[in-house]
Amino acid sequence: MAQRMLACTVCHGSQGRAGPDGFYPRIAGKPAGYLYNQLLNFRDGRRHYGLMARLLDPLSDAYLLEIAQHFASLDLPYAAPPRPRVPDAVLQRGQALARNGDQARDIPACEQCHGPALTGVVPNTPGLLGLSRDYLNSQMGAWRTGQRRAHAPDCMARIARQLAPEDVVAVASWLAAQPLPADAAPAASLPRPPVIKCGSASQPAGRQQP
Amino acid sequence: MRRVLGAVLLGLLAVLALVLFLNFRGEDKIHDAPPLTPPAGESVARGAYLARAGNCIACHTERGGAPFAGGRAIETPFGTVYASNLTPHETGLRNWSASHFWRALHHGRARDGRLLYPAFPYPNYTFVSRADADAIYDYLRTVPPVERPNTPHRLRWPYSTQTALAIWRALYFRPGAHEDNRAQSAEWNRGAYLVTGLGHCGACHTARNPLGASSDMMDLSGGVLPMQNWYAPSLASAAEAGVADWDLAQIVRLLQTGVTQRGTVLGPMAEVVLQSTQHLAPADLRAMAVFLKGLPQSKQPAQQAPALSARVAERGAKLYGDHCAQCHGEKGEGVPGAYPALAGNRAVTLPVAANLVQVVLGGGFAPATAGNPRPYGMPPFATVLSDADVAAVISHIRTSWGNRAGAVGEFAVSQQRGGSRI
Repeated sequence: MAQRMLACTVCHGSQGRAGPDGFYPRIAGKPAGYLYNQLLNFRDGRRHYGLMARLLDPLSDAYLLEIAQHFASLDLPYAAPPRPRVPDAVLQRGQALARNGDQARDIPACEQCHGPALTGVVPNTPGLLGLSRDYLNSQMGAWRTGQRRAHAPDCMARIARQLAPEDVVAVASWLAAQPLPADAAPAASLPRPPVIKCGSASQPAGRQQP
Repeated sequence: MRRVLGAVLLGLLAVLALVLFLNFRGEDKIHDAPPLTPPAGESVARGAYLARAGNCIACHTERGGAPFAGGRAIETPFGTVYASNLTPHETGLRNWSASHFWRALHHGRARDGRLLYPAFPYPNYTFVSRADADAIYDYLRTVPPVERPNTPHRLRWPYSTQTALAIWRALYFRPGAHEDNRAQSAEWNRGAYLVTGLGHCGACHTARNPLGASSDMMDLSGGVLPMQNWYAPSLASAAEAGVADWDLAQIVRLLQTGVTQRGTVLGPMAEVVLQSTQHLAPADLRAMAVFLKGLPQSKQPAQQAPALSARVAERGAKLYGDHCAQCHGEKGEGVPGAYPALAGNRAVTLPVAANLVQVVLGGGFAPATAGNPRPYGMPPFATVLSDADVAAVISHIRTSWGNRAGAVGEFAVSQQRGGSRI
């Protein structure tokens, strides 16, 4: 399978990499359902990146699922996080949001859905560690503007719009600075059911057939 | 003076009458009404099949949208045309009768009488038989109705006017009908009907004049896809995509699976195989193969590769070794079944290098078909290589291992990168 997937690894490699037009995130080890949802989102216009759309256009739902499972099954070591370049106060604000959320503003904690270790939850919720600050920042921005969408109800779009720009920078900076725990695999389940509903977490839907 | 004016006026009236005549010739009056209940039975199933053969869904479906609900933007040199809603909703074809549908396919006119833009390939569909048009109509009345009002086209003046379209049609469009060539087999004739009519292969594989008209639906000698920077190679040339010396089974295999030992489909043709030809009956694919194999072949002038400058040659060879050789081999030999050979590959040596630039910049997969469900992918190098690098490595590939095609300049790559937004 790896030999069929060189079109993906040139950018997403083992850790992802920075490129001239943004950051290509690491996909190895993310939950298969999440990756499958993203492949469908790119192909069907809920996420926008020309190179992705055109690579995925000729592929079938079955093959996209197999591709998602392939990358989900990879267990590659994570690089150490880069040293944060923001003041401690910003990191503390980010940590508070990620761990506790902000009830007053109806913002749930990241860990409520993405798992206590923030390594994601099978099958559809991605981990938030091992990603660059630039990537996290730009995704939150894309959600705020509607550039990035998920199946309705689009919970992350709602949360991203509740966050102030300083919140986004704070939480992205803190997440990007966290090392991975020894067990970096997505959690099998959440300790408590999440407080909000997310469309992507239901069964993946494929290409509409006539 | 008066007489001159009179003559000019008379001349204008004659031209107007001629344009009107040429636009409406051969049309019958429409009396029928749309059926009250959706049709059922054999005609619907045949219509579904024929809609595949015509690949209606490809243009009439927006990315991620409901099938046949329209909305996809078709970029043309004259502006943007938006495909219409074909579902049986008020905003679609619900109020169209079978004769209205036939008139659109055969004469290029909408239910309300408007002339249609030939981005809808009615210069090809005019060859579709009434029985086949009726079957497609029956099928389209059974797909789920979707409310989606048609998006108005965004065309520049004067192309936006019905007058311009009427003149264009008077010059370039004539309603036609497929007529069997008795000197040829029934199979060849079936192939000709599918290739020139529903299949509308010539919409891409035939060159268009500056006003977007194709010379001859039987020509198929290659054309550049407007606004897309892909070249649909000649089907009538051994140096391009002609199949005169292929086995029929190989041609069928390419249309059915997207891959053969002699070539792989990519880009817009991958979409055609994915959505259309892989679903066609083997007998129809064979008929198309018989017709394509029998196309009169054009003579190609022998290409003579101009020598590369030492600097470009060295840079191209170095880049090839760093980025390409791992899969495509030190000598461009490839790996059978996985990575195409580049030595002797017609897609590499086409006189128009646009496709090669596309593939190096954007990468791509062959279509995931029932016969080739897990295709290999070529990585995109748009974010890795500069325009000069792409030009150098492509020039290296086009002039090495016996390949004798022309070099590609940095400017051509840069234009294409800008034009394709990658």
